[in-house]
Amino acid sequence: MNQEFRFSEFAQETNALTRRLFLQLIRRPSTLIAGILQPLIWLVLFGALFANAPEGFLPGGMDYGRFLGAGIIVFTAFSGALNAGLPIMFDREFGFLNRLLVAPLQSRSSIIFSSVIYITTISVLQSLAIMATAALLGYGWPTLEGITLVLLTLLILVFGVTALSLGLAFLLPGHIELLAVIFIANLPLLFASTALVPISFMPAWLGWLAAINPLTFAIEPIRTAYSSSIDLSSVLIQAPYGDITGYGCLVLLMVLTMGSFLTIRPLLNRKLV
Amino acid sequence: MEMVEIQDLVKSYGSVTALKKLNLTVPEGTLYGLLGPNGSGKSTTLRILCTLLAPDSGEVLVQGVDALKNPRHVRQKIGYVAQEVAIDKILTGRELLQLHGDLYHLSRVDRDLRIEELIDQLEMSQWVDRRSGSYSGGMKRRIDLASGLMHQPKLLVLDEPTVGLDIESRSTIWSLLRDLCANGTTVLLSSHYLEEVDALADEMAIIDNGKVIAHGSPDQLKKNLGGYRIVLRVREFSDPSESKKVKEFVQLIEGVREVVVNKSQGFSLNLVVEDRDVLPRLRSQLEEANFDIFALTESRPSLDDVYLQATGQSIMDAELEVFGKRDFKREAKQSMR
Repeated sequence: MNQEFRFSEFAQETNALTRRLFLQLIRRPSTLIAGILQPLIWLVLFGALFANAPEGFLPGGMDYGRFLGAGIIVFTAFSGALNAGLPIMFDREFGFLNRLLVAPLQSRSSIIFSSVIYITTISVLQSLAIMATAALLGYGWPTLEGITLVLLTLLILVFGVTALSLGLAFLLPGHIELLAVIFIANLPLLFASTALVPISFMPAWLGWLAAINPLTFAIEPIRTAYSSSIDLSSVLIQAPYGDITGYGCLVLLMVLTMGSFLTIRPLLNRKLV
Repeated sequence: MEMVEIQDLVKSYGSVTALKKLNLTVPEGTLYGLLGPNGSGKSTTLRILCTLLAPDSGEVLVQGVDALKNPRHVRQKIGYVAQEVAIDKILTGRELLQLHGDLYHLSRVDRDLRIEELIDQLEMSQWVDRRSGSYSGGMKRRIDLASGLMHQPKLLVLDEPTVGLDIESRSTIWSLLRDLCANGTTVLLSSHYLEEVDALADEMAIIDNGKVIAHGSPDQLKKNLGGYRIVLRVREFSDPSESKKVKEFVQLIEGVREVVVNKSQGFSLNLVVEDRDVLPRLRSQLEEANFDIFALTESRPSLDDVYLQATGQSIMDAELEVFGKRDFKREAKQSMR
């Protein structure tokens, strides 16, 4: 009695579920507006705060606005992806998830897949808005090759964090607990990364944390994407445990994303089968 | 042919056993009622049937298809309307129905035609294009019901479909359920409203403490009970000690078969008597013994009497007893995936 997998039906259900998320966004645009405004405020305020930083503060005498831009882009995408579990959590709490689960879905992974599509699209839009603002502030605009690198890096990061957030949405008992985890994770991960200052500026212990922080592995390739000649084989992070190249950053990021998926997969299987 | 066959279903939540080898058979084409107090196991049974919950043991067949082995196949046959209305408040009613149509893989044309049919049947045209967050309880329940009917299921499962509804919405839903059944859809509904099951169900089962304790048609169950019913109140609101004293007295009167104290009705006494002649005898002996009589009424057996006979307490008393013991937070968590 096993029924064959029909891709058209999987696409239909994924499309319907994604459409629902975008309808929610259009009718409640405040989250999107806040999600774009907040990083822009960060960009302007932090940019001004460190505008008169002493010479040699940043590697290669880089302008602080350009340095900060990469950090804010990654932080925005990270925050958005970390919130990915909230709609699922609310669906669980209000019984709507059960309504979805009694339908003969081709694959219940369409519920997860629609969330990933939604969050990825939002993250890319927010990042492009930040990049455009940074360009208007005179912090530069990456080449086409650079934009490709920015998007690739963001996709890897967003997939990994979204998976983690969706896992938490099924694991935790309610949205209060999920929000608590989001609040706890958000800012410490930002400050313990190279988003705001380079590792060389940090105390040793914080340098260690920044060197193992996934955000750092995403920030540095994006920072490189803004240079005129992108060389991913060059050393981007001088970590206490050794030098990491651009390729190294992307591989580490990919490994962490895969790890995140593999960790939550049994949980999702248990909850959705 | 049977639409649903459930055998020896067992389900535990931690140390609490919700279903204790429950057996149930729902014939095809019937409007079948599951009656029982809250916490008796009705919702758990329906959630297992709809593949939302896995039992610890037992077998569930829907039109001969094993729901535990082929859940997707069974989901295609079932429309489920849960106890809590499950709608997305941001979407309009129409958008919700479109979503459900897509989740059941209807073509766009079929989906939109079906939506129009349901809007007509459930009288939703005035408000279906408004955001569902602004709907009244009755409107939400109707749109929820319409979602469950989008794919024209062979079996419609409703868990307490009219709880908290106004008379108009309740009447619309009752009428729709009757029409569905007349057109060949099997309807399985759970309720703790006696009059709902009595008015709607062709056949029914009474569930108590995780087991089916009686089943058949409502009329048949009442008929099988036999005897005449008398409700005796010595005062409008009596108390346990007084009702116990009166019970001990009336039990000894010739022709009185059984006496049960109905706590939820002011500790009145529900008597099963052999014939109608017992009534005058009862009145005179109570008066001779100087008992006051506030009310002494004769009645035909009701479903509550069926429940009373099987469990020794009225359905309302059973609910009140369970209510204090229920952990609603834990139950809400259990209903979440």
